[in-house]
Amino acid sequence: MTPVADTLTAPRAGTTGLDVDTVRAAFPVLNQEIYGRPLAYLDNAASSQKPEPVVEAMSAAYRQYYSNVHRGVHKLSQIATDHFEAARSAVARFIGAAHAEEIVFTRGATEALNLVAHSYGRRFLQVGDEVLITTIEHHSNIVPWQMLRDEIGITLRVAPVQDDGHVAAEDVIALMNARTKVVALPHISNALGTILPVPAIAEAAHAVGAVVVVDGCQGAPHTAVDVQALGADFYALSGHKMYGPTGIGALYGRWDLLEAMPPYQGGGEMIASVTFEKSTWKKPPHRFEAGTPAIVEAIGLGAAVAYLDDLDMAAVAAHEADLLAYATERLDRIDGLRIIGRAPEKAAIVSFVMDQAHAHDVGTIVDRAGVAIRAGHHCAQPAMERFGLSATVRASFGIYNTRAEVDQLAEALDFVKEIFG
Amino acid sequence: MMDDLRELYQEVILDHGKHPRNYGTIEDYNHTAHGHNPMCGDTLVLYLKTDADDVVRDVSFKGQGCAISVASASLMTEILKGKTVTEAERLFAAFHDMCTRDDAERPSDVDEEALERLEVLSGVREFPVRVKCATLAWHTMDAAVHDKGEISTE
Repeated sequence: MTPVADTLTAPRAGTTGLDVDTVRAAFPVLNQEIYGRPLAYLDNAASSQKPEPVVEAMSAAYRQYYSNVHRGVHKLSQIATDHFEAARSAVARFIGAAHAEEIVFTRGATEALNLVAHSYGRRFLQVGDEVLITTIEHHSNIVPWQMLRDEIGITLRVAPVQDDGHVAAEDVIALMNARTKVVALPHISNALGTILPVPAIAEAAHAVGAVVVVDGCQGAPHTAVDVQALGADFYALSGHKMYGPTGIGALYGRWDLLEAMPPYQGGGEMIASVTFEKSTWKKPPHRFEAGTPAIVEAIGLGAAVAYLDDLDMAAVAAHEADLLAYATERLDRIDGLRIIGRAPEKAAIVSFVMDQAHAHDVGTIVDRAGVAIRAGHHCAQPAMERFGLSATVRASFGIYNTRAEVDQLAEALDFVKEIFG
Repeated sequence: MMDDLRELYQEVILDHGKHPRNYGTIEDYNHTAHGHNPMCGDTLVLYLKTDADDVVRDVSFKGQGCAISVASASLMTEILKGKTVTEAERLFAAFHDMCTRDDAERPSDVDEEALERLEVLSGVREFPVRVKCATLAWHTMDAAVHDKGEISTE
């Protein structure tokens, strides 16, 4: 029996209900040294590491039951199909979709957003219609709309971001009108960490008859997502940024919208029947999944959301909020360092610049101290330009990061000052 | 750890990085190009003035980038003055080798003193992702003399 004294031990500073030691044990890649220092992996916004349950699920699929899905009469195909569709259901539950059929598997969030622009955009938008995005968009939520603009003559409007990185709902709403047909925005900014007021923006968008497209790449791994409560008509997510494999993502689409949309690509798997005169399409989601999908990757994504569900996203968010607060306080004490983006609602992504050195030089120096961060424009050049920058250093945290790793980063930044003076 | 970094960030580099020489736009240039590193967003515009014998009479640059890329551009502009375009191209090839190969040989047909000055950038060999920072200015020079207008180090 556990002694009473042990169970009453006061929690350590920074503990939040997530057992980080257990979490770290599930990520063997973290247990290594880089240039003789313990690895501090703080590049989670670019891509996260994979826990054992994900690796195991994928390995088991290949070792035990791999087969193509939805087409074999044989037993293995049935088993593979069951696992593949179970992964779809798991993703649907994870983000609060009403039906599993509202989840389309894609190559990633980029493909998910392109799917919306191409399929929904081409069918339902016309000359003069407006697509409203924000200044702090990832390139993948800008470029597909620009391509659509150049093709069919829509207008792209851009809502501003405040000096502190905050996106005010009223600033976005002020640009809406009867011509606004799509409002596309990130749930959480990958460059600044800003959490956007999606529900308020969505409500106003719906009032003018627009659909709301949310880039959820940074939302899904870091906060509990309920697409219905958010008011998202479409929600794109990326497997590899939420502890799942690369090559897989998902698009949530409201059923009535998906059902009205034409296919995005043609091929096998997505058709009901084909003759040389005419082909007919399957219902969603298969209508949008032409060709053999990334079967094992989808199963891996299913394992990733099951893993996150077990951890509990509220505990994940609390743990990361603690890291954000600690990192902000620690970095603010460094002379010459300026944090870019201090929105009141913010996820654990800290973008900063230093007077002493360019972001790339900072990146190289902290790398030698075992700290993996991103230096650059984070695929959000307009956001960088808005703040008069071409690049920032970005430390982005995840479930396995610790306050000790924040300290390791801060100490590594001392080397930057030592070298650059 | 610090040794490698000190090797990369030598005093000369820090100095040229902070106080780039020949920074700005020269008058009456006859070659220019825009260099761009899409991975990190570094940009550089190079202005070259050559005479009838293809000798570089003046050169300057503008742009944004890390200490390595700015220092490399600054050093390059100092070195190019008085060189012929052919000499500049040979230097580029030798410098590129120096940045990427441990066993790079010094070719006999290039200005030895110039190459020695560039040796200070060869620390990037230990930092493969930074090679493009060191060579961006030279790629841009190459684009300028061939009137390519734009170069991207993809």
